[in-house]
Amino acid sequence: MSSRGSHTGPAVSVKNLVTHYGKKQILNNVSLDIVPEEIMVIMGGSGSGKSTLMRYILGLNPPTSGTIEILGRDITTLSEIEMYDLRKDMGVSFQSGALLRSLTVGENVCMPLKEHTKLDENTMRIMARMKLEVVNLANFEDLMPSELSGGMIKRAALARAIVMDPKLLFFDEPSAGLDPVVAAELDDLILNMRADMGMTIVVVTHELESAFKIADRITILDQGEILMTGTVDEVKQSTNKRIQDLLNRRPRQEEIDPEAYLRRLLGEKDDDPDAFGY
Amino acid sequence: MAAKEKLSGNIIQRSAIFLENIGKRFAAGIEELGYVMVLFVECVYWVLTGFRRKQPVRVAAVFKEVREIGVNALLIVSVLCLAVGVMLSIQGIATLKQFGQELWVVDLVAQSVTREFAPLIVGILVAGRSGSAITARIGTMNESQELDALRVIGINPVRHLAAPVLVGMMISVPLLTIVGDFMGIMGSALFTGTEIDMPLDVYIQRTFEALKPDDIHQGLIKASVFAIIIALVGVSNGFQVGSGAEGVGRSTTRSVVLSISCIVVADMIFTYFLNIGTLT
Repeated sequence: MSSRGSHTGPAVSVKNLVTHYGKKQILNNVSLDIVPEEIMVIMGGSGSGKSTLMRYILGLNPPTSGTIEILGRDITTLSEIEMYDLRKDMGVSFQSGALLRSLTVGENVCMPLKEHTKLDENTMRIMARMKLEVVNLANFEDLMPSELSGGMIKRAALARAIVMDPKLLFFDEPSAGLDPVVAAELDDLILNMRADMGMTIVVVTHELESAFKIADRITILDQGEILMTGTVDEVKQSTNKRIQDLLNRRPRQEEIDPEAYLRRLLGEKDDDPDAFGY
Repeated sequence: MAAKEKLSGNIIQRSAIFLENIGKRFAAGIEELGYVMVLFVECVYWVLTGFRRKQPVRVAAVFKEVREIGVNALLIVSVLCLAVGVMLSIQGIATLKQFGQELWVVDLVAQSVTREFAPLIVGILVAGRSGSAITARIGTMNESQELDALRVIGINPVRHLAAPVLVGMMISVPLLTIVGDFMGIMGSALFTGTEIDMPLDVYIQRTFEALKPDDIHQGLIKASVFAIIIALVGVSNGFQVGSGAEGVGRSTTRSVVLSISCIVVADMIFTYFLNIGTLT
């Protein structure tokens, strides 16, 4: 467990990150520091690049350029084995939950333990049950994911994400597709977990209410660029027009470039990434 | 006149687009071939070095595949190969009768079943049965971010999903082929027994005399190659699934058509090279 050593400095540090999807640039020179034990909310509209940013921080795709340091280690240069070790300190809950459908809830939660530890079966089961208790899913361990509701799937995914007691927890769209009460419960759960376990939590969301409730700091992404990073109050008081549009749910008023418009009508390809909603 | 020029310009433009499309498809084909090769190397790498890196390819996962691909296909393989055996002996006797040599049907069936029909039938059947299932399974996992979830836990999807499929295939398909050999010969024995009054023990005796180890070898070599083709085509199509449930369906169809086509072509190539000595 070499990566479990003490580490000072930011938990996550992204510097000048540039990423492409095919030839299209998605993230443009993104830099971001996430301090230990804070709840950082990454916000932005659809296609702002917020989920993309998370994928890159998780090391699921290699960036075009820039560095991503997690707990002081640059994941763009780590070997596969070092990355494997680092994964023990990272828990991820995906937007759709991403529970393996072929396994029960309990087996899903046990997966990281099976992969990274040599505990015996019973101990693993007890640990999984403990985490399921934390997310209020006790007695659901023998069900299959298809038998759970949307909110329960997200909570089960959360239990799987925290079963290794990670230092860093990533949460993609915790409230997407849930009713307001269940979404609020999840927000409380995130706050409780930080208080109880001292994790650094990164939440990607577009829900304003949820973001203001849980965030220590908020990063706002728009069209692949960071508009600002600041506390909830700083964000609310920002004078940036695009941020205010986002906060007040105003439709974007894009300035229309007549020439680009004509080119689009004529079917000529242009390299404007905005045209694709990214 | 102007219209004619316009027409010829149009034709030139169209043929340019046509050529461009051929080029693009060719490049895409090469790219996919490269991807499949890398996948194969990765699978072999994990099988060989996984234990040393404390990330073994799990034996339980391999046996699960063997059960799914092999054991569950036993009945259908037996029935199909029995039918092929009967069919071959009907045709064989009908043809050989013209020369008064119908006893040779034993040699004909023994060799054609072990060298050709059993591996081919098993290959096509497994491609349709398991190849498509593998693509659909991995494709839906890809769709629902389950592959990403595996990756962030530290579980390499190639080790966890692809390698067990490859090993399971390479165990199951040759074993199924042996079953197919047996059932094909039995089918022929049953029909020949009734048609030209040859007792079963005589038929089997003659079959053993007619068969050389090389006949069985040829079948098993082909079966192993088919196993690799089905596994790699199935897995790679699953990993490359496009978006939506539609994407899974399209990839599944593509996987079956592609693996059956590859199997038939590979069969031809291997048959040629394995028999190059006897041809000249």
